[in-house]
Amino acid sequence: MSKEKLSGAEALMRSLQDEGIELVFGYPGGASLHIYDALFNQQAVQHVLVRHEQGAVHAADGYARSTGKAGVVFVTSGPGATNAITGLATAHMDSTPVIVISGQVKSHLIGTDSFQETDMIGVSRPIVKHSFLAQRAEDIPMIVKKAFHIATTGRPGPVVIDIPKDVTDPDYKFDYSYPKDIDIRSYKPVEEGHSGQIRKAAKLLLKSERPVIYSGGGVIQNDASEELTSLVKYLDFPVTNTLMGLGAYPGTDKNFLGMLGMHGTYEANMAMHNCDLILAVGARFDDRITNDPAQFALGAKKIHIDIDPASLSKIIKVDVPIVGSAKTCLDQLLNELKKNESKLDKNKIEPWRKQIKEWRKEHGLNHRMLKDASNSKKILPQHVIQSLYKETKGDAYVTSDVGQHQMFAAQYYHFDKPRRWINSGGLGTMGFGLPAAMGVQLAFPNSTVACVTGEGSIQMCIQELSTCLQYDLPIKIINLNNSSLGMVKQWQDMQYGGRLSQSTYEDSLPDFVKLTESFGHVGIKVEKPEDLESAMKKCFELKDKLVFLDIVIDEDEHVYPMLEAGMAMDSMWLDKKTKTWK
Amino acid sequence: MKRVIALLMENQPGALSRVVGLFSQRGYNIESLIVAPTEDPSLSRLTMTTEGDTQVVEQITKQLNKLIDVVKVLDLSFEEYVGRELLLIKMEFSEEAEAEVSNLGGQVLFKDDNLLNVEFVGASEELDEIVTSLAKLNPLEVVRTGLSGISSTTKTLTI
Ligand SMILES: Cc1ncc(C[n+]2csc(CCOP(=O)(O)OP(=O)(O)O)c2C)c(N)n1
Ligand SMILES: [Mg+2]
Repeated sequence: MSKEKLSGAEALMRSLQDEGIELVFGYPGGASLHIYDALFNQQAVQHVLVRHEQGAVHAADGYARSTGKAGVVFVTSGPGATNAITGLATAHMDSTPVIVISGQVKSHLIGTDSFQETDMIGVSRPIVKHSFLAQRAEDIPMIVKKAFHIATTGRPGPVVIDIPKDVTDPDYKFDYSYPKDIDIRSYKPVEEGHSGQIRKAAKLLLKSERPVIYSGGGVIQNDASEELTSLVKYLDFPVTNTLMGLGAYPGTDKNFLGMLGMHGTYEANMAMHNCDLILAVGARFDDRITNDPAQFALGAKKIHIDIDPASLSKIIKVDVPIVGSAKTCLDQLLNELKKNESKLDKNKIEPWRKQIKEWRKEHGLNHRMLKDASNSKKILPQHVIQSLYKETKGDAYVTSDVGQHQMFAAQYYHFDKPRRWINSGGLGTMGFGLPAAMGVQLAFPNSTVACVTGEGSIQMCIQELSTCLQYDLPIKIINLNNSSLGMVKQWQDMQYGGRLSQSTYEDSLPDFVKLTESFGHVGIKVEKPEDLESAMKKCFELKDKLVFLDIVIDEDEHVYPMLEAGMAMDSMWLDKKTKTWK
Repeated sequence: MKRVIALLMENQPGALSRVVGLFSQRGYNIESLIVAPTEDPSLSRLTMTTEGDTQVVEQITKQLNKLIDVVKVLDLSFEEYVGRELLLIKMEFSEEAEAEVSNLGGQVLFKDDNLLNVEFVGASEELDEIVTSLAKLNPLEVVRTGLSGISSTTKTLTI
């Protein structure tokens, strides 16, 4: 094959093409000018110009979460790079494959406090899976190849490539070729679970009388939903998903307990607390799940499947740790169970199923809310999500921001498919929702994409409304407007005697309808419960338009259930007055 | 409990800062740390000592292994191993001082009418004792390298 002479910048663009990348998000600046010129001179990679680098990283992240492919970002040095940091931290906490390519000042200026110089490798170090400083143009193809490999395999995560401007110099050309294979001697993720551990796990599953399967974001990331669903159906066991794992198991199936944890359902949390066996898959027992780890599921044996050995027994000591990918291990486990078919007695757990049913009947979601709803003159946030669910037939991509609206969306939109629920679970980044929705809409131009947000969060990346116009992104923004930083207010109501320190805005909120219109989109305000359905309908009928539905909701509504801090998982507030413990 | 962890990592810029950063980031302590390139110039070998119970050190080891630049980790505390460090001391010259140093097994590296530079090599506890016994001579400066170790089983930290 004859080799081509390319500059570092051209080699970067060509490497992205050779990696199959069609879309990058970004914002140009001095240190990345050579790169942007090489971008200009090619067609295969489309660039989306955001309005703030944080938006670029969240958009790439939304693209990555919805497609499973890496999202790519270009930023310049200094402020461009630091603006990308929140996005990187968000991707890191949720283990998503995002690659940020940052321009850097020229090599000879590094370390001299030159204009727009930031030590991007240093600043981003604790919030990336790995990072590269390209020191020679010739290194770029190999670095890009490694970056994609590292970002998308094993436990995925963000990677930074920092490129000094002289390394992309258009006048320096070298023989370009893109590596076919790579071998990183220190990085070999294990796919297959240890067969002895799989056998132990199968034995425990067959013996259990009160099992729960608890699955997290890892199952979605690893495209293991099918395997999870097959296993659950085979065993006919109850299953719960974390906030990050929603959609891994069909949310409308009878075995589904709903989400667990801080704002999980009563039945999911009770089942976790009282079970005799937990099969955890691609989940990490974080503090929003376990509540007090010392009181966590004390009567249960624990099996934990995870691709990251460091996740095993990090917080909760497990009995059967299994290192491997969710997909492969679940498959192995199902095969092992099938080999022992005669030992599977589905009736054995019938009393447990009955118990769960009773819990659900007692305090399942909707219970009190639906009872009281008819008296309310205000729109309830839960009703908004139910209305959204109905209007989109449960088949939309839903992104969200962070706060009460996020929890209501997670509780009341029942996701039947993976990669449909896109939210910042680990870092809890307000401002994530709208740019993430852009990434999803660009990946799936013909699908319905809704962004459930709050008037607080949406203002954190509101500038991206302008990007949405430039690229014709007909996102539906469902703003649950409670005129307050609702989740902060809820904690202040519950734990600080209702002292609302800095969680309201004293009538300073913008007119969201006018604001949206000034960005060239459609805004609709909804204030009365009787107008909700028709407004929701209209919003989705405007297929080609971005619609901002500003819904004034009951500002006093809290998210329940809610775990009481420092206690076990069975200690929940069920509404403002009812708690499950004495 | 004191732990000794040895590892091989890529001899590349940034690798050491990732290892050190991991410790501060996750709230672990580094008591001593020593690092140098190996006979294979693409690799550096690092030995560190830290405090922690078994669960904490297991987590540290896993997190270290997770770093892309880290090629191999060995927790020497789980092995039979020999650990040595180097102690350098500068003191005012006197015949009494020189005699005491040789008595304790030290080597004189430099001396003139005013000064004496000496070295000791040994296990950390031995060096602790030497430092204590030389305190009466009021040394001007005491330097220790931190522990380096090698397992004394057939298990090797090589690739
Ligand atoms: C960037 C950022 N800053 C602060 C917080 C803390 N925080 C969590 S929820 C919340 C309130 C969110 O308000 P809003 O978007 O209106 O949602 P609501 O809870 O009212 O539904 C705040 C301030 C955060 N998660 N992210
Ligand atoms: Mg709000």
